[in-house]
Amino acid sequence: MSFMISARSLKIAAVLSIGLAMAACSKNPNEDGTNGAGGLGLGAGASTPGSQQDFVVNVGDRVFFESDSTELTSTAQATLDKQATWLAQYGQYSITIEGHADERGTREYNFALGARRAEAAKSYLAARGIPASRLRTISYGKERPVAVCNDISCWSQNRRAVTVLGGANS
Amino acid sequence: MSETKLLLSRRQAAGLLTGGLLGAGLMPGSAFAQSKYLDVRRGSNFQPVPIAVTNFAGDQGPALSGIITNNFARSVFLQPLEPRSFPEQISNPDAPPRADAWRMINAQFVVTGRVARGADGRMQTQFRLWDVSTGQQVTGQQYVTDPNNARRVAHIVSDAIFSRITGEKGFFDSRVVFIDETGPKERRIKKLSIMDQDGSNVRNLTQGDDLVVTPRFSPSSQDVAYMSFGKGEPRVFILNIETGQREVVGNFPGMTFSPRFSPDGQKIIMSLSQGSASNLFTMDLRSRATTRLTDTAGIDTSPSYSPDGTQVVFESDRGGTQQVYVMNAGGGGAKRISYSEGARYSTPVWSPKGDFIAFTRQKGGSFGIGVMKPDGSGERIITDGYHNEGPTWAPNGLYVMFFRDPGGGGGPKIFMADVFGRGEFQVPTQNYGSDPAWGPLLS
Repeated sequence: MSFMISARSLKIAAVLSIGLAMAACSKNPNEDGTNGAGGLGLGAGASTPGSQQDFVVNVGDRVFFESDSTELTSTAQATLDKQATWLAQYGQYSITIEGHADERGTREYNFALGARRAEAAKSYLAARGIPASRLRTISYGKERPVAVCNDISCWSQNRRAVTVLGGANS
Repeated sequence: MSETKLLLSRRQAAGLLTGGLLGAGLMPGSAFAQSKYLDVRRGSNFQPVPIAVTNFAGDQGPALSGIITNNFARSVFLQPLEPRSFPEQISNPDAPPRADAWRMINAQFVVTGRVARGADGRMQTQFRLWDVSTGQQVTGQQYVTDPNNARRVAHIVSDAIFSRITGEKGFFDSRVVFIDETGPKERRIKKLSIMDQDGSNVRNLTQGDDLVVTPRFSPSSQDVAYMSFGKGEPRVFILNIETGQREVVGNFPGMTFSPRFSPDGQKIIMSLSQGSASNLFTMDLRSRATTRLTDTAGIDTSPSYSPDGTQVVFESDRGGTQQVYVMNAGGGGAKRISYSEGARYSTPVWSPKGDFIAFTRQKGGSFGIGVMKPDGSGERIITDGYHNEGPTWAPNGLYVMFFRDPGGGGGPKIFMADVFGRGEFQVPTQNYGSDPAWGPLLS
């Protein structure tokens, strides 16, 4: 009995520490506020409908993947559905989808893996009616993590496909 | 013949002249001289050869001896003895050392030498290698050079001694291209750089404006192939490190990455990403003709030629996970060679001697560097842990370099180890370093 209680409190402690690690990680990305290789650096605040801020804050510019997977989870599909609706409404933006991998893979493989993730998001958006001519992809492999730490809380944030509006080459 | 000429003239271009053998005192085939003193191919159970590198005479002598000693310390097969233990000061480098005294500290060889400045201002370096057991000189040589090439002379002397004792080619007079890394991990600045194999003479070849990765040396020229992120699609480029001239390799409809030269230097083999697949292609650097080698829906990457150019080793996830395959150089006949239970294999690279393929192995969250025979047998892990990656071979096929990144906010450093994993040494670089690629022997 007492063992069960301590096991349960251990579990709570573990959950808490993951929450802390994520909070610590999420401070890291995009302090410079530039576009590309991760997304926009945004503070809280109002966003004009149709603006880049609107897209990032109210739609969500990124989807996440399981380890070594390129499959779109139901959460990822829901985000991409919202992206497709928004992108159909605001047709002025060209779109670059960046594919990224976490650090637990070799460099060359991760370029290919990132390319596959970007392609998965691109195909999904195209199937939802976004013209392929608006969509390009780029893979950064493991070169541009947004979260920097040595555990699962960071790795899961780095395995991502980010939809960047008016990205490079636009 | 023509190759020998070319190499000679390159060495002369660098201001190095071989003065020939120094008063060898031994006829070829003499009963005292062995063809080699340590068989490095026999296996991991060798006894390193104890060698005493005495201070060369002349103002620059001790510095030269220091470079040679440092080289031997990382050679694993040779074991330089502590100068404090030396039984005598060498006053005349041309005279035999007192063999009985050197035997007392278990030295098997003694190196003596001198560095002098000739009337023309050129540096004259002489060395002699003495076998303590016979008291005889086993080799000796003189080099005349511009004083700016002092470090290279030390490496050439190191190679001459290493070769005389092991019967193998040297590797000290060689350079390594790598990626110099600075800045925080999420905005890492990467520069294509080059250094001597011992970490000295670091020079940046790009200035960090573009993200660059995976440089590879040409076996026959001053060219480096690498992947660069510029304004558009990430692509494979070739940079001539002497002229600074840069060109894109081919006009492919997608990201090209993971380049490597063919053994004759005439072709680049690389991956092309199209849709969700990555396949292998070659481009002939003279005709610009491109050839598709694989056609899978999977990820084929990290190709590397066998030294005779007839086969290619690469990694593919066509069977579900990353594994190592060997196929014909023209494509086709791919055969999986990596089979360890629960392991993934990547970044295979064929040894310049042809006897081994080095690789990265992922198993249970650990990243090891290992070697196996080209048929997949005889696997040996040289180092393991989190996170080793990307081996490259020394020009004599007896050592690998790789990088190790502990993860988190830190960064990678470059290491070298012998093929048996007996010794491992960090290659000292000021900044973080990754993606080392060892170039050919210079002389």
